Amino acid sequence: MRIKSSSFRLLSLSLLLLTSEVISAQSNLTGSNVTTYLLMGLGFVIVAFAVLAMSDNLMQVEAHKMGSDATKNNFSVFPKISEIFGASKPAFVGQAALHNLKQGHDIKLVGKAETDIHTDVRAKTFALKPTNFRGLSPIPRMLVSVGDEVKAGQALFEDKKDNRVKYVSPVSGEVAEIRRGQKRAITAVIILADKEVNHIEFDVPDMASASREDLVNFLLNSGTWTMLNQRPYDVLPDPDIIPANIFISTFDSSPLAPDYAVIADGKKASIQKAVDVLSKLTSGKVYIGLNASGETPSDVFTGITGAELNWFKGAHPAGNVGVQIHHTAPIVGMQKVWTLSVPALIAIGDLFLTGKYNAERIIALTGSEFESPSYIKTFQGANIGDIVNGNLKGDNTRIIAGNVLTGQKTSTESFLNINDSHITAIPEGNKYELFGWMFPVTPRPSVSKTYPNFLFKNHEFEPTTNSHGERRAFVMTGEYQKLLPMDIHLQQLMKAILANDYERMEGLGINELSEEDVAICEFACTSKMPLQKILRQGLEMMREQG
Amino acid sequence: MGLIDFFEKIEHSEPKTTLGKVGRTAADAVFTFLYSPKGTANDGVHIRDGVDLKRTMFQVMIALQLCLIFGTYNIGHQHFIAMGQYGGFLEGFHLKFFHGLIKILPIFLVVHAVGLGIEILFAAKKGHAVEEGFLVSGPLITLIMPPDISLWMLAVAVAFAVIIGKEAFGGTGMNIWNVALLARVFIFFAYPTTISGDNVWVSGFEQVAAGVTTEYGWAHSLFNILFGWIGLDTFASGGAVVDGFTGATPLALAYQGGWEAVTSVYSTSQMWWGTIPGSIGETSKPLIIFGALFLMLRGIASWRIIVGALLGTFLMGMIMNAWGATPFMTVPWYYHAWMGSMLFAIAFMATDPVTATATNRGKWIYGILIGVIGLIIRILNPAYPEGWMLAILFLNTFSALIDHYVYEGNMKKRLKRA
Repeated sequence: MRIKSSSFRLLSLSLLLLTSEVISAQSNLTGSNVTTYLLMGLGFVIVAFAVLAMSDNLMQVEAHKMGSDATKNNFSVFPKISEIFGASKPAFVGQAALHNLKQGHDIKLVGKAETDIHTDVRAKTFALKPTNFRGLSPIPRMLVSVGDEVKAGQALFEDKKDNRVKYVSPVSGEVAEIRRGQKRAITAVIILADKEVNHIEFDVPDMASASREDLVNFLLNSGTWTMLNQRPYDVLPDPDIIPANIFISTFDSSPLAPDYAVIADGKKASIQKAVDVLSKLTSGKVYIGLNASGETPSDVFTGITGAELNWFKGAHPAGNVGVQIHHTAPIVGMQKVWTLSVPALIAIGDLFLTGKYNAERIIALTGSEFESPSYIKTFQGANIGDIVNGNLKGDNTRIIAGNVLTGQKTSTESFLNINDSHITAIPEGNKYELFGWMFPVTPRPSVSKTYPNFLFKNHEFEPTTNSHGERRAFVMTGEYQKLLPMDIHLQQLMKAILANDYERMEGLGINELSEEDVAICEFACTSKMPLQKILRQGLEMMREQG
Repeated sequence: MGLIDFFEKIEHSEPKTTLGKVGRTAADAVFTFLYSPKGTANDGVHIRDGVDLKRTMFQVMIALQLCLIFGTYNIGHQHFIAMGQYGGFLEGFHLKFFHGLIKILPIFLVVHAVGLGIEILFAAKKGHAVEEGFLVSGPLITLIMPPDISLWMLAVAVAFAVIIGKEAFGGTGMNIWNVALLARVFIFFAYPTTISGDNVWVSGFEQVAAGVTTEYGWAHSLFNILFGWIGLDTFASGGAVVDGFTGATPLALAYQGGWEAVTSVYSTSQMWWGTIPGSIGETSKPLIIFGALFLMLRGIASWRIIVGALLGTFLMGMIMNAWGATPFMTVPWYYHAWMGSMLFAIAFMATDPVTATATNRGKWIYGILIGVIGLIIRILNPAYPEGWMLAILFLNTFSALIDHYVYEGNMKKRLKRA
């Protein structure tokens, strides 16, 4: 701000100097005429403007010194360029902070889920996968064996290093199989579900008298802890660390993402309860990110009290919690923060309201390969085959647990991950295309202006998984800068990771990033670089360093 | 499907000999040119953008096409103007066009044969696919050469640029200096008389002086037979350069006598439309501007670099005007774009995404410095008639340093937050 105002001052002063010279030259030559008066008038306006600009600057400096510009309100009498030309503030935002994000891109695809929720789809088997928890040893200590009857909320296994964290069963039933992968690592504990779910009833601590430790222990014992996420590095939170802040994004801007307003419908009390609990667990604040791009959002989210509400307007990745952290309270130094999804928020609220581990999940089935894209109600870790079979169009299909950018390639034999609310199915693209790079026959999503896509903003694409080209060295034409709404030099950060340069990695902000934040850049990358993979490699290196 | 099967068979073969490996790499290059590969996105995102390096480079080739066609015709046009024949621009169209074609085709073919040949050799040796960088370097090198350049010099220069300038650094995307400019700078320092002075910009004459005659070779005779059948004018050997014709470029004239000297030979509209002697592709300003706009609209060329470089040039031009110590300094700042290769260099050379700076702030600095330094060399240094090649190579060298300071600034900002 200071640089701007000083250059401003310099400019107006030099203009004044130049024009005054012209005025005197004019008056010597021609005496009093219209031009002279006009120029003098202009000079007067400029002097007045200079005085105004200078006092305005002094005011801004004062505001900065007193720290009252932390609210990011405009303290100048002149409107900012973004205020004149930027998108106007939607009425529903009110007085809360609005973050207008310029960068990003919305990929519109065919196969958006219908908003009615189907409850008739039933999965028979469910699984809890140790691979979902980063940092958990590959062979956790099993607490049940095949054939045991378990209740929902009963611990199935625990970490050998830290047995406070319990990993619990989403449903009640019989342990059907303990599936193992390479080196005997446990990949899934599979449960054959009962018709009716029996829950373990937990004793809910009294909110008024409970200490932070009581609340943490309750979350740990009930298994709800495993739905939390700690940044940087996206790991399960360490129970010994108090998070600096807690962040929740109430909207997902990724392609075909589920609408959290549908998922959280009727759960207002649970969400408010969860926010109350969380605000006791952090030394800072609970931050809620709201969507200012579309219609008025659901009052389930806008009505939350006891947290700081921030509005975000912009294309994907505006809904990513990492981007929201960057614009509200960026992670500094060795700070740790928690993030959690809306379903996790509901689960915590339900736990405190009912004393039960609520693993119920509403899953959006989306993508062009579904006969009828819709929402279904099931539980965490449901068998994917059970819920998608009969709804798929062809067999050359890629089923993705999650969205097309960050999801995991999966199959009908596999199970949902613990935090999944989304399944996407799109056709595989394992076909050659004649002159595909030069004269593509079918429309395809692209950020590049070499396609006329920017003229058809609302066209819904039907992409395949074809990579549309081969991997090359970085030849960038500014895609990353146009897509990542963070003050991070992504290309250089990627090179620093590839070169194992720890100092640079940290300096360029690797701790602020998560795979989902760079996914849109990876999609658009001309050189087809695997940015998410490289970033994870860097994050793991940083995590090992502590 | 026969063709796909054929190529797949080559792709899956495992040749033992070097020649076999080179053959397979070449076949793979042709295959991926014809068909987009069937590989799917497997290690991260599940859908990929429709753009790849081939498509990006192809945009630049499109942008250069008009310059290439006009350049071809202008070679012939200058040749006949020198002899005082077919004064009108469209008069003797077929003679001018085919004379140009006879000059430019060998250059184009030699550049690509040498450049692509080396690329394929290195790709086969390193075991990766042929990268697309030379798709753009090839036409660019063609466009910045004088029409009568010796083909063997050209071959040596291209080999130097591709091997030392690019492959030694690891191939496309890793090079520090612009490959096309490196080829030109090699000729410029190794064989200076073939690429500077007043005698090299008009084709077909040993020397551009009154009375020097032209001799045509077998290619012209071949076309003569063809034209004879149709009943058109034919190439006639023995034509001589007329009195008063100069092969000097506007820059050489401006150096001697300022803007007056330039306009006494060439009108501003001639310089604008490009019917003047010069490197093959640099003369026509509207076509260059068209190409630059095309690239900017397509998001390939960075508008920051182009605007920055123009700003830098104009700024330096104004300072030089104010100084005004030599005739060249007094040339009005807004006329610098009319002369020499300024626009061509800014539009197509400075914007090379590999050798330019990577950050947005860096691009401004890089662009402005190119403009400032380019004009300083152009005006102040008598030994180098054109400054852009050296200015851009100079800034290529420093682009990593400029970016370095932008990154340091970012890192400091992050540290301050803590």
